[in-house]
Amino acid sequence: MNAPEPEAELEADRSSPNERARHSVPGHAKSSDTCFWISMSLLGFFYLILIVSMIVVDFGFTSWQDIRESLADSRVQFSIALSLLSCTISAILSIWVAIPTGFVLARMGRAEITRRFGHKTWISKTCVGIRHGIDTLLDIPIVLPPLVVGISLLVLFQTPLGRLVDHRVGDFFSWLGYPGIRGVTYEIPAIIIAQFTVAAAFAIRTMRDTFEQISERPEQVAHTLGASRFQSFSRVSLPQAWRGIVAGFTLAWARSLGEFGPILIFAGTSRLKTEVLSTTVYLNFQFGNLRGAVVASLILVCIAIAVLVVTRVLTLGDPDTRRRLS
Amino acid sequence: MITLDQVSIRQGDFRLFDVDFRIPSGGYGILMGSSGCGKTTLLEAICGLRPVCDGRILLDDREVTRISPAAREIGYVPQDAALFPTMRVDRQIEFGMEVRRICRSDRRQRVEQLAELLGLKLVLKRYPPGLSGGERQRVALARALAFRPKLLCLDEPLNALDATTHLRLLELLKEVHQKEGVTVLHVTHNVEESQNLGTVHFCLEKGTVHQS
Repeated sequence: MNAPEPEAELEADRSSPNERARHSVPGHAKSSDTCFWISMSLLGFFYLILIVSMIVVDFGFTSWQDIRESLADSRVQFSIALSLLSCTISAILSIWVAIPTGFVLARMGRAEITRRFGHKTWISKTCVGIRHGIDTLLDIPIVLPPLVVGISLLVLFQTPLGRLVDHRVGDFFSWLGYPGIRGVTYEIPAIIIAQFTVAAAFAIRTMRDTFEQISERPEQVAHTLGASRFQSFSRVSLPQAWRGIVAGFTLAWARSLGEFGPILIFAGTSRLKTEVLSTTVYLNFQFGNLRGAVVASLILVCIAIAVLVVTRVLTLGDPDTRRRLS
Repeated sequence: MITLDQVSIRQGDFRLFDVDFRIPSGGYGILMGSSGCGKTTLLEAICGLRPVCDGRILLDDREVTRISPAAREIGYVPQDAALFPTMRVDRQIEFGMEVRRICRSDRRQRVEQLAELLGLKLVLKRYPPGLSGGERQRVALARALAFRPKLLCLDEPLNALDATTHLRLLELLKEVHQKEGVTVLHVTHNVEESQNLGTVHFCLEKGTVHQS
């Protein structure tokens, strides 16, 4: 028997761990990897199928003829127009409130409080407690059942202050030349307030998370360069938050579009008066017009998809912006 | 001239006490100390970004201890440069002058002058994500110098740079100090920087500052 060449033996020894790895691990790792990714994706895949099935079945349940007829109906046209208007107003109001609130919450987090007042001081503990309390209060509209939000708003506008606001809003719309809007409750302003109450909570959460991701250092440097607090915020931090602003606005808009419970209680479902798309679905269903309800639902689905697509294009489409923010 | 008179800073369990030092007008002060000893905290307190519990900070005989960072006339270059990510380099350098309402032509002139001095002419129209580490530090330096501050605070500005860039920036800092004539407080733990640049040396140790 020929003895192996010393160099070849050395080579074999040197490569043996790699060889072992190549022969024993990869096959196992490959199948293990495949199993891992399949098992992790499976539940999400079923959920995806559920969403797609719902939309496909909705389309299958109705015909183009039904859709055309519905779109020609003045009542549906009114509810589409009112939905688009009220959602846009409530989303603008939501983001207007959410930007400063989210900024304050992000900059007054636990880390900042302990940095300013120390770790175990009573003032630090009190501030952290207040901060948590405010966070919890702002999340209430998210966790409350929608009907409760509606009832609470209705009761709020029955108090003396609420009635005063109600009258003043009525006077304001008369002055604007819209005497048909006689106040807040059971009128168009009630739809906007109901949508805003819930949508703003989502927008605030989005903006708080956005500002928490943005470093405070450039803001501080801007301050040392002579900028006021407002200038540091508006010139340095706000431009960095634009993606969050678009996301918050979209979320608020989409949330407003789907709002139903508070609108039902607080604004009612008067045809050609306070009827938005979600209430059109409800009214059609109540009166046994299932096909009409499905068509209104499909319109809602299409608008929601259009908004999501536009948002994606806006936030991901501009390569210059992407480069600047990457 | 910057004077710290018995300055104490307290943050939770961390304390700096009876910090006393003076850097004469046009001087280059080097503050050294081990990591975590409070060098950055002290620098931030001088810039007005952290509260001072006790003592006085005087800038050219004007007490600035309790006034806002915006009114102190101190240029600050943090360790990470902290550039404004959505602002072009030239706008960034202009920023301090713009908020002071200095006229556009003077601003442009100063930007050109600093870009020439710091070798930033080619990157003036770029955004921070497209800059190298050395360029970022030079932009931060230009931004801090642009409004002609009375004191320039540098927080380990040459850290995390490769050896060649480090050496180039070291020479550049020396040149900038000579040409601009600004008083500088430079925080570092690099002996080479200290020996090459400093005219006054301090050491932060056990919560207080000693002159070395």
